[in-house]
Amino acid sequence: MADTDAAQVALVLGGDPDAFRVLVERHGRRLFRLAYRMTGNEHDAEEIVQDAFLRAYRRLDRFEARSHFGTWLYRICANCALDLMRKRHADQGRREPAPHEDDPDAPDPLESAASADPNPERLVLSAELGAGVRVAMNSLSATERAAFLLRHVDGFSIEEIARSLKLNIGATKNCVFRAVQKLRRHLEPLVSEAR
Amino acid sequence: MNHLDEQRLIEYAGGDTGDAGTIERHLRECNGCRENYEALRRVLQAARALPVPEPDAAYEARLWQRLAPQLEPRRAHFDWREWFSLRRLAPAGAVAVLVLAAFLMGRFWPRPGGPGQTAGGGQAESLSHLPQVRERILLVAVGDHLDRAQSILLEISNAEPAGAAAGKEVDISREQQRAEDLLSANRLYRQTAQRAGDAPVADVLGELEPLLLEIANSPAKVSSTDFEELRRRIEARGLLLKVRIVDSKVHEREKAHTAAQPQHNS
Repeated sequence: MADTDAAQVALVLGGDPDAFRVLVERHGRRLFRLAYRMTGNEHDAEEIVQDAFLRAYRRLDRFEARSHFGTWLYRICANCALDLMRKRHADQGRREPAPHEDDPDAPDPLESAASADPNPERLVLSAELGAGVRVAMNSLSATERAAFLLRHVDGFSIEEIARSLKLNIGATKNCVFRAVQKLRRHLEPLVSEAR
Repeated sequence: MNHLDEQRLIEYAGGDTGDAGTIERHLRECNGCRENYEALRRVLQAARALPVPEPDAAYEARLWQRLAPQLEPRRAHFDWREWFSLRRLAPAGAVAVLVLAAFLMGRFWPRPGGPGQTAGGGQAESLSHLPQVRERILLVAVGDHLDRAQSILLEISNAEPAGAAAGKEVDISREQQRAEDLLSANRLYRQTAQRAGDAPVADVLGELEPLLLEIANSPAKVSSTDFEELRRRIEARGLLLKVRIVDSKVHEREKAHTAAQPQHNS
């Protein structure tokens, strides 16, 4: 896969922008998943992916063929998501509540996925847990959120995350640690109840 | 074995620990730590379970449609104007300056033992003809660097707490820009001080680096909680005091060099 990606990159660098389409089709969904996890919003996720591909295209001559194109692209996407989140944060002054956070009647997207057991009491708990996860995620700073997702969801190494987020190893570890601590504070009472 | 603290458990849960075997053994034997770890694992599971909607089948086509008009064809031929453009030369120039500075600093880093000595040890004699003023310039540069770092730490430590208490965001864009400016120099001075065996300077620069990085990589406006956390970290490590002490010692050495210079020249 890495070789094929490198070949496509070489074609693009040779002056064939259509060759970039293969890379878009190959990596688009994976980037979308990362962007969605970062923002929790489909529209924002699509915007981030588009921005990430555009940024990658413009910086393609900085891509080193010996590294993995998918990882390089993923890092760019994480940074685009961070930029958007920081911009939103700056624009809004303070974060907006998640759609269902203030509206107890709004359907929770986690409700159906959180439990296979149709027991109504359990469903209520799963819904609470789902809402809790969103609130907990929103309590993280953009960098903490990125570091946590890259480490505990995508399985990136601390070194890779440090490179992606332009932090040193110690600061990256701290970021992941702080993120887990915050999540724990918010979610531990809920996960104990949901057992 | 002592009980496992939260940091070790989190590192273990992420596979980031070198002593996984020891931790596993402890978890088998200690109910308290096992329960603590299980609670952590459930939290991580819940956080990972956030469902992600799958884009529809036309997603890639749609994405390409939006992207394609924005992709300018790249020039395949060699363009000398592009090659020699300021954009390309500026980073290369910066690297060259840093490499040259590192080389010079490695050779002339002043030993804490006294003025006039070079970091080269045995080379001291052969280099003794070189102007001592270079050493003083380096001390001035490090002293100036520490002054600037100190002023960033001071500004954060003494920032008006009223805004933070009211839950407002704190604008750290000025500190952020200055921290970014200091980063590469900090790394260079730290490495050179390490090589020259100047532990106090190397240590304090080593402690400064992650903090400068964090400030440089923070958003321009941070939440009051994050700001308080940053301030707490500066205070907890006594970093401001350490920088102040090392800074004043560097300035003393700098003065000693200035005083010793006429003797060298005579």
